[in-house]
Amino acid sequence: MDFVSFLIQVLNSLQYGLLLFLVASGLTLVFGIMGIINLAHGSFYMVGAYLAFALTSMTGNLMLAIALGLPLAFVFGAILEWALFSHLYKRDHLEQVLLTYGLILIFEELRSLAVGDDVHGVTIPELFSASIPLSDNLSYPVYRLVISVVCLALAGGLYWLIQKTRLGMMIRAGSHDRDMVKALGIDINLLYRTVFALGVALAALAGMLAAPISSVYPGMGSSVLIISFVIVVIGGVGSVWGALVAALVIGFADTFGKVLLPDLAGLMVYLVMAVVLLWRPEGIFKKG
Amino acid sequence: MMQLTLGVIAGALVPLGAAQAAEKIKVGLMLPYTGTYASLGTAITNGFKQYVQEQGGKLGGYEVEYSVVDDESDPSKATENASKLVKRDNVDVLVGTVHSGVALAMAKVARDTKTLLIIPNAGADELTGPLCAPNVFRSSFSAWQPAYAMGKIVAERGHKNVVTVTWKYSFGEQSVAGFKEAFEKAGGKVAKELYLPFPNVEFQPFLTEIASLKPDAVFVFFAGGGAVKFVKDYDAAGLKRTIPLYGSGFLTDGTIDAMGGSGEGLLTTLHYADNLTNPKDQAFRKGYAVAYKMQPDVYAVQGYDAAQMLKTGLDALKGAKFDKDAVIKAMETAKIDSPRGAFTLSKAHNPVQDIYLRKVEGRDNKLVGVAEKALADPARGCRM
Repeated sequence: MDFVSFLIQVLNSLQYGLLLFLVASGLTLVFGIMGIINLAHGSFYMVGAYLAFALTSMTGNLMLAIALGLPLAFVFGAILEWALFSHLYKRDHLEQVLLTYGLILIFEELRSLAVGDDVHGVTIPELFSASIPLSDNLSYPVYRLVISVVCLALAGGLYWLIQKTRLGMMIRAGSHDRDMVKALGIDINLLYRTVFALGVALAALAGMLAAPISSVYPGMGSSVLIISFVIVVIGGVGSVWGALVAALVIGFADTFGKVLLPDLAGLMVYLVMAVVLLWRPEGIFKKG
Repeated sequence: MMQLTLGVIAGALVPLGAAQAAEKIKVGLMLPYTGTYASLGTAITNGFKQYVQEQGGKLGGYEVEYSVVDDESDPSKATENASKLVKRDNVDVLVGTVHSGVALAMAKVARDTKTLLIIPNAGADELTGPLCAPNVFRSSFSAWQPAYAMGKIVAERGHKNVVTVTWKYSFGEQSVAGFKEAFEKAGGKVAKELYLPFPNVEFQPFLTEIASLKPDAVFVFFAGGGAVKFVKDYDAAGLKRTIPLYGSGFLTDGTIDAMGGSGEGLLTTLHYADNLTNPKDQAFRKGYAVAYKMQPDVYAVQGYDAAQMLKTGLDALKGAKFDKDAVIKAMETAKIDSPRGAFTLSKAHNPVQDIYLRKVEGRDNKLVGVAEKALADPARGCRM
């Protein structure tokens, strides 16, 4: 592999890993803090992509669509938490899995009714539609760089939110001892609702950002869901920092696996998971 | 309006002529009506029913009674669904389906129960290969056919060194094998075969790999969402300008709009194109548009032809009680006047058909020429 190819593969790995992080961070937050196994998380990614498609066709601009779609996704998450997930905190994991699996089916059906089963495309905003030439026949699309930058900024933002703000302090405390936080007079229900809605918004944002490069199609959430769970497990349940590191590990393993060991491409991610879990059964960043 | 009126009158008169035959034929439609392939299942059903409607609601004088099952493209439910149609509903003929895995299970049920089966889409080579049977017919294609035709085209266009990309599942692998066979026979060389797990769509590493390999051309099999994403990514990576991309027709069927311009100019091969000029196709398209308020596609054609094949078989009975063996015998030698152009059936019961070379122009797969005339599937492994 020559240097330019290597460099581009590194960029590919980073972009893929960072986008996965966006989905997985919400999953790990909800799982780690509220203890809910949410199989429907991939559906939120799909919802985001379809929102991007619908709003872009209405407004004609993806960035405007994201600006409109993000609060919508947040409200959608809050309503979902209020109506369904808030009843799950005290239930066991089996019941959570059943409900959230049912939600996947419902979301797919609603999607089918509302927009049909066709494949849709979303146009990349004019501003980012160029490509940077890197060798005589390969260029790197600017939009993929934009995705990476946005995801990095969000990772930083999440770190700041959780480590440096009062809300973050409450989130961290809530994940350790729900009753104690409640006893301190903090509205734990509101806190959970916010965290859940934030998780939904992050997954939807990932779907919206990915829509122009991945196209928008039925069932797009399921493959993302599986890989996100792998990331959450490798990173350590509940650790956002762990999710970031694990997502990057998976991004690199998948990308370089495809190129260097094409016969093992489908297995690579799971091999990495197996190795990491043998080394650290609780994930790379075990929650302290 | 005039045509519509005439059509209504014709439709009203035909049943009178055929009314003396009291026999019924039970058709079991086992197709996807939900999930990713729902629109394909609907198009096949529409096509089938359109032909029956054109015949005045009867096939060969037999009144058609439908039993319909949604197979959900789920192979794990396929055996049960097909058995239900055969044993509970007592259908005379099974028609289905889109998904190859489901069709393989249907073929097994058809073989075991000796029920007549017409496959209106699923292209797995096995169905008219090792798993062929006297009572199993296909109105569509085998995976091998369009890909093989493209192998020849790519070689003719002077490309020597090609990389292939597809999903690692049987249809993708069979497509690449068909392409490779023709391409290498014509002196080309497949430098590298790239596979990714279905339905993974993270192509970016492969695109970088392709750029560093610098082949003369790239051949792919993708369909649906994967096809859209691959073509867009290929364009965005700057490869479309330097390395021509070829595929079997599924790459650009039903996906052109979503590609948003990235598909413009792509060459693909399939047994149908958007602007065939034969009168049969024009009548078919007009009738379809009137009946269903949308444009037909290759899937509708395959459904339409499944009904045509069945009619040829039933005609031979001349109104007598349903006799499967006589129907099969007549179907085997049929010449089907299809909207895709007339075709006959191979010994393995797969269409021997023209494969067209098409080019994406605007929203259409425009006909460029005939890639292979009357191409028969080699049906390797079929003993019958």
